[in-house]
Amino acid sequence: MPPSPLLQVRDLTTEFRTERGTVRAVNGVSFDVFPGETLAIVGESGSGKSVTALSVLRLIPTPPGRIAGGEVLFDGQNLLNLTEHQMQRVRGNSIAMIFQEPMSSLNPSLPIGMQIAEPLNVHHNTPWAKAIDAAKTLLSRVRVPDAARRVDAWPHQFSGGMRQRAMIAMALANAPRLLIADEPTTALDVTVQAQILDLLKEVTRETGSSLILITHDLGVVARYADRVAVMYGGRLVESGTATDIYERPSHPYTIGLMASVPRLDSAAGSRLTAIDGQPPDLAALPPGCAFAPRCRNVHARCGEAVPVLREVAPNHLSACFLHDT
Amino acid sequence: MRAYAIRRLLALIPTLLFASLIVFITVRLIPGDVIDLMLSQNDISADKKSRAQLEAALGLDTPVHWQYLRWVGAILFEGSLGRSLWQNTPVTELIAQRMPITFELGFLALLVALCVALPVGIWAAIRQDTMGDYLGRSFSILMLAVPSFWMGTLVMVFPSIWWGWSPDIQFVAFHVDPLRNLGQMMPPAIILGCALSAVTMRMTRTMMLEVLRQDYVRTAWAKGLNERLVVIRHALRNALIPVVTLIGLQAPILIGGAVIMEQIFVIPGTGLMLLDAVSQRDYPIVTGVFLIVGVAVQLINLIVDLSYGFLDPKVRYR
Ligand SMILES: Nc1ncnc2c1ncn2[C@@H]1O[C@H](COP(=O)(O)OP(=O)(O)OP(=O)(O)O)[C@@H](O)[C@H]1O
Ligand SMILES: [Mg+2]
Repeated sequence: MPPSPLLQVRDLTTEFRTERGTVRAVNGVSFDVFPGETLAIVGESGSGKSVTALSVLRLIPTPPGRIAGGEVLFDGQNLLNLTEHQMQRVRGNSIAMIFQEPMSSLNPSLPIGMQIAEPLNVHHNTPWAKAIDAAKTLLSRVRVPDAARRVDAWPHQFSGGMRQRAMIAMALANAPRLLIADEPTTALDVTVQAQILDLLKEVTRETGSSLILITHDLGVVARYADRVAVMYGGRLVESGTATDIYERPSHPYTIGLMASVPRLDSAAGSRLTAIDGQPPDLAALPPGCAFAPRCRNVHARCGEAVPVLREVAPNHLSACFLHDT
Repeated sequence: MRAYAIRRLLALIPTLLFASLIVFITVRLIPGDVIDLMLSQNDISADKKSRAQLEAALGLDTPVHWQYLRWVGAILFEGSLGRSLWQNTPVTELIAQRMPITFELGFLALLVALCVALPVGIWAAIRQDTMGDYLGRSFSILMLAVPSFWMGTLVMVFPSIWWGWSPDIQFVAFHVDPLRNLGQMMPPAIILGCALSAVTMRMTRTMMLEVLRQDYVRTAWAKGLNERLVVIRHALRNALIPVVTLIGLQAPILIGGAVIMEQIFVIPGTGLMLLDAVSQRDYPIVTGVFLIVGVAVQLINLIVDLSYGFLDPKVRYR
């Protein structure tokens, strides 16, 4: 019997109210994350990856944002039904998050060590002195050299890569069962990127925690992900194992992405930019498939109805009318 | 940081010299000089001779630049600010009597301003666009619009008409009877503090809104902190830097406001003394008070600058 999923997202819908009307940044998205696995969420800028991640932790700024529907089942419990207070006990404890911008994600006026120790102090009432000691251990675990001395350092004394290591240490403090990393390396040098991702992979393997890795770097996906979910215009358009997505991409958008990568094994650093046309305007989505205006295989039906996800192979889903024929 | 403070203190000297020179000259430019006043009060026939005698006695017979050099010399070598032209008392002594009262008023007003501005500003920011936010902002606009001398006059007039209550005219020092003293000081301090809190409150709100949007505040939420910790531990300190600057900039306004409040509430502080001295053309008192106020304002600014080092770890003084 396969293990039951740690996280089940069902029909998640998140909206933002803007001057141009209501924007559905996440539109009926469903996916599972199993214990110990790495799920990559890929898609071009504005496709709703970050909003999906923030919705799981209920960190959407409200207003203007609002989780309009769906379920986020963590360990069988719907996080969307928890009170804010109960939710606070989940955040940074059983689910932790790492953000894209290491430069601005640490508080400039608190010492690094205190920021890493804070989740311990908050969730387990660990006295500060002990929590700071733990922060030293965490810092050396994410390979910050001279950790014992650097717990007292300030964020501005750390380089970008070191700050991202500190962010990882902070996220690991309470040994979360799910780690969400939202483009953790986009802001870093190429050489540092690989180090950080290797570190993430290593620590999740050690602790057996699951990882949602958000990226628009296909090289990263090939190397680190077990399964992949492809997002387009706020919707999930394809999902499957990393091998499925790489060797047998099914949705025209995914096929376009893969075609833009020169060769699978030399894919490191390639970006999702090579498809003609503009990403969809979420405030004025066309009826039907959001990808239709850019799709090579477009036909009449695509402008009329939204294709739903269908199984094209076992555990390989794709949302396109092509599969109907 | 010590070296930095010392350098800042040394840099004070030219500023003060320049400012005091301006004050020294302008008080002497007010039409109707002290000699005229004295002569008219004492019924001495205003002939040339008695005028010259008086000028000589008061040391006003030499050219202005010479008087100024003598005044600076006396400060440097005797620590003296001269004597009052009317009472013949040393100005330092007069200021030493009056200054603590003004400082108390200013301090209380600042305390009131902070106690109003910080909580209301923070609350308005974290509950943006709610009733509380609108109330806070309306209060701030009201306080900006209503001049404090007018508020002060209302407080003097209406309670006495309605309830026969009026503030003590007989001033009591704090060390004599703290409660009665505070009873006298709080009405002007509250009026002044509320006026001062208006801008500070708006600044606190704006800065909090700015900081609450920052990535590190989102990180704090993602760690599972409650709102109180997010706001106080992670947002407030970063929002406070410009607020502290603003408070420093308001120091002269605070002192100016205290002068007016002392006049309305008959509080015998430096302000009241200064007004009397100006109308009596008592030049040494006027210049002395301005010098001390100048030093005080500069010191407040220095303290503000030094406090950045505490609030912002990136600031290191060299
Ligand atoms: N605070 C907000 N206010 C209004 N709209 C928002 C807000 N945050 C996100 N959105 C909307 O949600 C859409 C998806 O944003 P999201 O940040 O999830 O994209 P993304 O896939 O993470 O892109 P990127 O790769 O650039 O990080 C955006 O195009 C924007 O229209
Ligand atoms: Mg994003």
